[in-house]
Amino acid sequence: MRFFRTVGVLAAATMLVTACGSGGDGEGGGGDVTLDVNLFGNFGYEQLYKEYEAAHPGIKIQEHTAAYNDHHRNLATHLATGSGAGDIEGVDTGFIAQMREAGKQFVDLGTERQAEYLPWKWQASLTKDGQQIGYGTDVGGLAICYRRDLFEKAGLPSDRDAVSASWAAGWEKYLEVGAKYTQKAPAGTAFFDGGGALYNAVIGQAAEGFYAPDNTVVVGTNPEVRKAWDLVVRAIQGNMSAKLVESSPEWNNGFAKGQFATIACPAWMMTKIKDQAKAFTGKWDVASVPGGGGNWGGSYLTVPKQGKHAEEAKKLAAWLTAPEQQARNFTSQGLLPSIPALYDKPEIANYKDPFFNNAPVGKLFTTAAKELKPQYQGPRTGDIQTTIRDGLIRVEQGKQNSEQSWTQTVSDVERLAK
Amino acid sequence: MRAALSRLDTKGSPYLYIVPFFLLFGVFGLWPLLYTGYVSLNDWDLVDAGAHTWVGLANYSELLHDSYFWNALGNTLSIWVLSTVPQLLAALWIAHLLNHRLRARTSLRMGVLLPNITSIVAVTIVFTQMFGRDFGMINWLLGVVGVGPVDWQANTWSSHLAISLIVAWRWTGYNALIYLASMQAIPHDLYEAADLDGANQRQQFWRITVPQLRPTIMFTAVISTIGGLQIMAEPLLFAGTSTPTGGSDRQFQTAALFMYEQGFREFRFGYASAIAWTLCLVIAIFAIANFLLTRRIANEE
Repeated sequence: MRFFRTVGVLAAATMLVTACGSGGDGEGGGGDVTLDVNLFGNFGYEQLYKEYEAAHPGIKIQEHTAAYNDHHRNLATHLATGSGAGDIEGVDTGFIAQMREAGKQFVDLGTERQAEYLPWKWQASLTKDGQQIGYGTDVGGLAICYRRDLFEKAGLPSDRDAVSASWAAGWEKYLEVGAKYTQKAPAGTAFFDGGGALYNAVIGQAAEGFYAPDNTVVVGTNPEVRKAWDLVVRAIQGNMSAKLVESSPEWNNGFAKGQFATIACPAWMMTKIKDQAKAFTGKWDVASVPGGGGNWGGSYLTVPKQGKHAEEAKKLAAWLTAPEQQARNFTSQGLLPSIPALYDKPEIANYKDPFFNNAPVGKLFTTAAKELKPQYQGPRTGDIQTTIRDGLIRVEQGKQNSEQSWTQTVSDVERLAK
Repeated sequence: MRAALSRLDTKGSPYLYIVPFFLLFGVFGLWPLLYTGYVSLNDWDLVDAGAHTWVGLANYSELLHDSYFWNALGNTLSIWVLSTVPQLLAALWIAHLLNHRLRARTSLRMGVLLPNITSIVAVTIVFTQMFGRDFGMINWLLGVVGVGPVDWQANTWSSHLAISLIVAWRWTGYNALIYLASMQAIPHDLYEAADLDGANQRQQFWRITVPQLRPTIMFTAVISTIGGLQIMAEPLLFAGTSTPTGGSDRQFQTAALFMYEQGFREFRFGYASAIAWTLCLVIAIFAIANFLLTRRIANEE
């Protein structure tokens, strides 16, 4: 009879799971116009919605959040089939070029705000015929977040200036620090989270990435792409990778369990760390990125033409991305503004984050964003990143050696971009 | 006149009665099927508002030379066999147990159906966590008996095994109930006669129950074939990052997932439609083969 008791327990557990799974998708009543805002990850807009709703009676805002890849695939599908997109759709840097190609499908947001933005941020969402499809929200900037306590246990200097200095000369030095860490690594920890994430940080600093400015894919021919690959492979072979795939449930878990000591850290990653690693308040710290400057990610708010309330949506998108709101989103969420005039404001430039041991994150990230040399992004950048990530995972999993995996990666990318 | 009408009534009415089904089937079954066939003969870009050019059978010939398609088909068959065979055997055994006099019989019978009505997403997420590499419950249990941790997603065999378990968990109860219903239709005198002849439980099961279930077994085998070869949500979610390539080396990408990747990531709608038709053909072949095979096995019993 034990079998049946087990079945009973399983059945009860299943009912709980079902109950959780089918929870809430109801339309909130009340307002005359409901604006659907479809996002991925964490934009941190909840408080701003409330204020906007209070200031604009008759407007109700409904946010829907999906996983990164799902969200962008859904958006592309909705654009293709002509229905189903929200009034406002968030788009990440990795996918903005793909959406730009379908520029006709978006409301033109005009040129009024051009002067406010970082020039490269503005350009990236501008179609060939000069139509602006998205208001920039944040930029990534780039730093390295690291665990002070793990560095100390591994016998490395943990002071942020010393850490920054130790790899200021570039990623080679970062690997040297990693090798030292690995020799005395506390049990169950590795130097960084996973090959794919590190790769994004490294290639982000190159003058030219996956695309030449004429939209041809240069993954197979650009030496920078291969150089970054080799560097990450060496780090993997040196046992420095925790072999976690960015954005997977295991990766989230890795923060909470403290499985890695450093992570390539755009500003938005700080929110992620705070969400996932609550137990480690004050143990995380932020150092500058090897080689100085860099960007990973950052997003846009777009208004698809198929939405029913394009005019109201445009107003809301403009408000959410206005300088005041971007400034607040930096101090409350850690999202770095894409409006450079804010960088010198004291509340941003002098901002220190207590979670990160009072690191001067304002100064660190604005410096990185100012030093950034913009890189041209083509239509399939996001999917190429994923393909290269998978190639590095094959090396991490020991399924293939570097050369085999590289060959397959290049042919997969060619197929993707065909 | 009246005679003519009456004749028309008897001749015509039956057709009228079945018309609704054929109308619905035509609109929701046949038309999409034929339309997909038409799309598959075109180079059809989903993003570019459905712009298309006629390419004839080019999509099909490309498919036959596409190593990723054959890989996906192989994975599909492997996962299908690994999930279906144990699933049907277990279902038969569970049905046999449920057919006895038991306490709380009704709730137990309802209980076996629970996995089937659970959200497929929730089930897969829970199982994926159990199969986690670093902190998964299954690796922990393996560790207790001294077997090293398995990176379930990394290897072909382990990922197939894990996905098959998710599928089997969902469908075993459903098949068990179908077997149970069929078992209860077996005339009781057969068992009484067998009792008188001194046949034991095991003999009764193999000599009476299984042969009497023959049509049902054939039915479940065919239905499982059709369902099993279309597996998509489980491998998609098992990957953890919802990348439709089914693992770093496509080690658990099924044919349906490959179709999804081509249609909704590459936006090659024509090519995806060609995959859909080819998959339909493969399923038909396997379903018929299975039908013949199970009929033969059941006959021998």
